[in-house]
Amino acid sequence: MAAFFLRKLFVLLPTFFGVTLLAFVFIHMLPGDPILLMAGEHGMSPERHATLMKEFGYDRPYYIQYGLYLKGLFHGNLGQSIITRKPVLQEFLTLFPATIELSVCAIFIAVFFGLPAGMIAATKRGSVFDHAVMTGALAGYSMPIFWWGLLLIIFFSGILGWTPVSGRISLMFFVEPTTGFMLIDSLLSDQAGAFRSAISHLILPALVLGTIPLAVIARQTRSAMLEVLGEDYVRTARAKGLGPIRVIGVHALRNAMIPVITTIGLQVGTLFAGAILTETIFSWPGIGKWMVDSIFRRDYPSVQGGLLLIATVVMLVNLVVDLLYGLINPQIRYMD
Amino acid sequence: MTQAHILQEEIDSRRGGYRALLAEFWASFSENRGAVYGLFFFICIVLIAIFANFIAPHEPTEQFREAFLQPPFWQAGGDLRFPLGTDAVGRDLLSRLIFGARFSLFIGCIVVSVSLIIGVFLGLCAGYFRGKIDIVIMRVMDIVLAFPSLLLALVLVSVLGPSLINAMIAIAIVQQPHYVRLTRAAVMGEMTKDYVTAARVVGVRMLRLMFITVLPNCMGPLIVQAALSFSSAVLDAAALGFLGMGAQPPTPEWGTMLAEAREFILRAWWVVTFPGLAILLTVLAINLMGDGLRDALDPKLKRS
Repeated sequence: MAAFFLRKLFVLLPTFFGVTLLAFVFIHMLPGDPILLMAGEHGMSPERHATLMKEFGYDRPYYIQYGLYLKGLFHGNLGQSIITRKPVLQEFLTLFPATIELSVCAIFIAVFFGLPAGMIAATKRGSVFDHAVMTGALAGYSMPIFWWGLLLIIFFSGILGWTPVSGRISLMFFVEPTTGFMLIDSLLSDQAGAFRSAISHLILPALVLGTIPLAVIARQTRSAMLEVLGEDYVRTARAKGLGPIRVIGVHALRNAMIPVITTIGLQVGTLFAGAILTETIFSWPGIGKWMVDSIFRRDYPSVQGGLLLIATVVMLVNLVVDLLYGLINPQIRYMD
Repeated sequence: MTQAHILQEEIDSRRGGYRALLAEFWASFSENRGAVYGLFFFICIVLIAIFANFIAPHEPTEQFREAFLQPPFWQAGGDLRFPLGTDAVGRDLLSRLIFGARFSLFIGCIVVSVSLIIGVFLGLCAGYFRGKIDIVIMRVMDIVLAFPSLLLALVLVSVLGPSLINAMIAIAIVQQPHYVRLTRAAVMGEMTKDYVTAARVVGVRMLRLMFITVLPNCMGPLIVQAALSFSSAVLDAAALGFLGMGAQPPTPEWGTMLAEAREFILRAWWVVTFPGLAILLTVLAINLMGDGLRDALDPKLKRS
């Protein structure tokens, strides 16, 4: 297992350096020089420009700049936002819990509905329910989620008036950010209605973000289940006289879960991409909205840092999924 | 039946090679009813896009000052002149949707061709030469794949400047690693087969071996991937348009139309609903087709 882990890590390292290189090149590909960008519309004197160029090291050769950038990275220095003047890492860490909270709820919704739907569809193959699930899953998979979010806002916020349109909690409540997760913080704050308000703000965005993973999980569960149901050990279990719930719930499900868990793990990238759109629609103060805002404000250090951090998170989660997969399925460890 | 007769039959069945292949393909493709519906709908969209000039009742950018945010014809205040209503500056929604089909299909075609050509070339090189070339190509692809695709496309567009062309370039860059991986895997599978060895022994030159001997046998999964990436190209381009980083107004691109409509979402449901519906149905049709293609061309991936 240790060898397996090391091998995976060994493959990851060059990718990580590649990602840092890409993030570095990105800021140098921009038209104009970074100091003028920082100065904004006011401009600056040539002398001050030269001093700042020297101060930030922009007058040195690219490979030295890249070296310095890497050195900074390992000290946790990802640069400073042009707009807020705060360290990028700090901004990222303050906003990240909001995105995690949203993503975790989205995945929860996706698994909670997708898994049973796929299972039942597989066991009742060819039935009306099966067709309905498969059609729904394909529609969910094809969904432009930015539009889906707007539709839900029209219906639940506009027509029914059930849910608020944006934000994480009603302005009436002030919640101390202890954990950064609004659901937990609002419970801790002991204010009547705060938790309810947090839930009602969360439900629509989580539903929107969970739509594509839900569709993918339902499809994947169904096909994994169908494959497993044809195996000999399922037939044996049936022949032994075990009831259908035990056969499907214990014997089949456990083996069908292996590809499904991988699928769930691999949704992280999708979730980040989805978070960009979902957070923009619902003004959810997370990483996705921050990235879009930073791009529009031309806050390039933030974009650069965010890009690097998000790619790192995606790579780490994929690594964990790989390792878990190796843990569940020993065959994988020895293949490559 | 005599031996000679059977031989004759075999020769006969081979005569219509391509036609026979096509018939076989259609037989397994049409088994999937959804795929046939998808194909039918897709052909309709293609026709609409081609004949947009004749079908659309108005010009896509023509403004009617007397009809701002007019509802669809079946609602009170609606008018058959504007069957699906008008947007905030009095443009006919139906005409804009019809012309929008052109953009979506155009985006899909360009993105798929660019990423297919580059991806297949790189994948072929990686799978054929192996060794250092393979490692370099695959590590670069890993780097691209480490980013969520929409995020990378968004950042690329912000560097290149927001426009439809740059959005297409960005999406093509983001998508081609999938082609590289598929082609490489397929080529590696083919390279060990006897016919490749035979071709080498006969003295077939490298380029011919790569492109004419090996590549055609790897096409199945690539065609399936092309269908899937066509639909995600349409989706991603619409998403970029929605974020203001794709086609710029007043282009009647569906995602851009949605972005313009956002502020009227609680006042005029139609300006939001129809462009999104157009995106959804187009993407759904292509995905249905893609499922059918997969079943027909790639039996290994067949999901029962």
